[in-house]
Amino acid sequence: MTDALPKWVDIALIPLLNLVLALIISGIVVAAIGENPFEALGYLVTGAVGTVNNWGFTLFYATNFIFTGLGVAVAFHARLFNIGGEGQAAIGGLGVALCLLFIPWPHWTIALLAASLGAAAFGAAWSAIPAYLQAKRGSHIVITTIMFNFIASALMVYLLSRVLLVPGAGGSPETARFVEAVRLPNAYDVAPWLGFRRSTPLNVSFLLAIAACIGVWLLIWRTRLGYEIRAFGHSEPAAIYAGISPVKITMIAMLISGGLCGLMAINSVMGEAERLVIDPVQGAGFVGIAVALMGRSHPVGVFLAALLFGMLYQGGAEVEFEIPAITREMILVIQALVILFTGALDNMVRMPVERLFLQARRPARAPLPTTPLEAGGHKDRSKVEP
Amino acid sequence: MTDSSLAIELRGISKAFGPVQANKDISIQVRRGTIHGIIGENGAGKSTLMSILYGFYKADAGEIFIGGRKTEIPDSQAAIDAGIGMVFQHFKLVENFTVLENVVLGAEEGAMLRPSLRKARTLLKQLAKDYEMDVDPDAIIEELGVGQQQRVEILKALYREADILILDEPTGVLTPAEADHLFRILRGLRDEGKTIILITHKLREIMEITDTVSVMRRGEMTATVKTADTSPEQLAELMVGRKVLLRVDKKAAQPGKTVLEVENLRVTDAQGVERLKGISLAIHAGEILGIAGVAGNGQSELLEVLGGYASGTGTIRMNGQEIDLTGTASDAQTRRARGIAHVPEDRQREGLIMDYRAWENVGFGYHHDEKYNSGAFMNLSALREDCEGKMQRFDVRPPNPALTAKSFSGGNQQKIVLAREIERNPDLLLIGQPTRGVDIGAIEFIHQQIVALRDQGKAILLVSVELDEIMALSDRIAVMFDGQIMGERLPAETDQGELGLLMAGMSGAAA
Repeated sequence: MTDALPKWVDIALIPLLNLVLALIISGIVVAAIGENPFEALGYLVTGAVGTVNNWGFTLFYATNFIFTGLGVAVAFHARLFNIGGEGQAAIGGLGVALCLLFIPWPHWTIALLAASLGAAAFGAAWSAIPAYLQAKRGSHIVITTIMFNFIASALMVYLLSRVLLVPGAGGSPETARFVEAVRLPNAYDVAPWLGFRRSTPLNVSFLLAIAACIGVWLLIWRTRLGYEIRAFGHSEPAAIYAGISPVKITMIAMLISGGLCGLMAINSVMGEAERLVIDPVQGAGFVGIAVALMGRSHPVGVFLAALLFGMLYQGGAEVEFEIPAITREMILVIQALVILFTGALDNMVRMPVERLFLQARRPARAPLPTTPLEAGGHKDRSKVEP
Repeated sequence: MTDSSLAIELRGISKAFGPVQANKDISIQVRRGTIHGIIGENGAGKSTLMSILYGFYKADAGEIFIGGRKTEIPDSQAAIDAGIGMVFQHFKLVENFTVLENVVLGAEEGAMLRPSLRKARTLLKQLAKDYEMDVDPDAIIEELGVGQQQRVEILKALYREADILILDEPTGVLTPAEADHLFRILRGLRDEGKTIILITHKLREIMEITDTVSVMRRGEMTATVKTADTSPEQLAELMVGRKVLLRVDKKAAQPGKTVLEVENLRVTDAQGVERLKGISLAIHAGEILGIAGVAGNGQSELLEVLGGYASGTGTIRMNGQEIDLTGTASDAQTRRARGIAHVPEDRQREGLIMDYRAWENVGFGYHHDEKYNSGAFMNLSALREDCEGKMQRFDVRPPNPALTAKSFSGGNQQKIVLAREIERNPDLLLIGQPTRGVDIGAIEFIHQQIVALRDQGKAILLVSVELDEIMALSDRIAVMFDGQIMGERLPAETDQGELGLLMAGMSGAAA
């Protein structure tokens, strides 16, 4: 008599079934435009994981998605829907750039530490205003964070075209290149024998992302703060009863969330572009939402989901290249289908699977305790009396 | 082989939710023109059975006969067509419609509203005369009292020509006087030939009003007996499956020093409505002060402000020291530090995190305690260990700390909360609706724990809408109505009638 579902079903089987469904529908779409879906799937897979170098791209994208996914997941635990990962990561990029452009760091390790602090602090600061408005004024966090994405985007354009622009950069709004001393070692530098190319974007930020996964796991499931965040997320009245301040938890959870989203810039700005460009995030903030949903807000789930989306990004690019009929928009459709099935339509698969597992289990000894009779029946069917 | 003297006959009804068998092969015969009680603990399957009868659920097996004819009831419209009317515990009325509009809603005839309304008005007048169900047809629902709203629900069913009326825990929200009135109405309806099914967990009501009573336990119908041939003790035993002590054994209280003093306490809610209008009371060590009253008369606000999560004005002294009421320098945490423990009225909404495991819940509210922490981290093994001990001492079943709170029955959930709050050894225990949704077997245990805590010299503030519970446990009783205390009585020197008048706001009852 344990809870509804075994953990592996919850975080592995159901997402996998969702994914298969999404791929089947995508296959139908591909077939509908007259292309061979199996050929496309082949390119997708080899494109994502076929060569060591392709792995490099896949893991590079995955790193972005781990950070934003973790950020969204932490907010989810406090039942806050942070749609603002996009803006927070962009402003995090600003933090990285300011940190690296104006201070002569002697070595990339110290620079990484400082830039991480900068990225997290800027990302957190960008989420602080929506968090405050939610906590104190009740302005809905979904609305404010999405608005802040636009503000961030406008701010970046202004700063890059007017303030931080390098003279003579040929009109492209970007900062100067960071100095060589702060360049993060990439996979080629660290493990050339694996066969990465010199230009591979995969860099040490990936390890930082893994560390962030562990950190978030500890925070959510082992610390008192995590206990309070989850309690608040499950039931605000209960949290108040226990003396947990909703204002404090809303602020802290959103600051951590924004900080994690900001950290994503370490990978894309410091690790790859080595300068701040106009849109360093490229949708990773939004993908983070899908990643957190698919990963059930658990760091392991987030890691796996980020990996999957990394494959879709990298593999999708290959498909686009190999099969001209499948355009960039088509790839977006496929990615959207995956998001749709794993995020929005999760219950479609979950409910039948739950029923299947409940039936397989031995019959309970007693009937369910109930609440008053309601039109439409009882809400909670999971209660089991000893 | 059917019998047309039966209003309803169910044969072999079974219904399972996943592995949970909510109804097991239930057969029941309800005779026309009788009041038939269905009694059972929470989770015995009463509501599921009625949901099947009203078309919310489809039975896995079994047949339904209405008036001797086999009837399929796929949805509630079919139930209404078959002459079944249902009065829910939570009313299904449109708050800003008039009584008349609510009665007609869903049963309009034709495209124009006026003829239906005219017809309803005539009928309402007739019913008011026949059954003393006088309700102003033009009154807006939200301006009516709960008892009157319930009458509108009954009128709705009658307007739809219901022959069979099902009432789910109808007295839960009523004062004793209102309940009496309801019973008069029900008797009148029965005498007119209507059939009434009354679902309740209150033995007293069963004995008072029903002709026949069926007892359910764990999804099965354990007995159907004539009410006149049974006794509350026998029914309780049938419900629980063992002998139950219906009284609380307790010695006379030995009140000591004053623990809690409340003076002129006022609370205004977010809508600007004054919920507490100058409450003053005192509780001594070794004493249970019971707060009686119909739900919604300020009891919840009293608990909230004492528990530290509503602000108010006035004075509260705990062990002689004043407590901050403004909410700026205090919250539920600081109240706990002052020796106030709180078993909230709604354990599923406030007292427990339903998705937390039992061991996570035993530290809830006390999660800053040193023993549950090591640095910033929670000491999980300490929590688990503590939970095991508490489950054993408070007889929580099943004694498995890894189960989430929602997988326990109401009674066992309450035991977890009680264990957490009582074992903190507070000076004052606030306890709201200690046995709401709790099975009879567990009620006995919970009452014993409360009395035991009193006997240890603790002060207890008991809020309950169950007058029987207040009478049985309290050493003093204060009655609340409309945010005020109407009067204080000693249980030995009062009765349900007098308390009932106070609960209805009539302070004229001899002071």
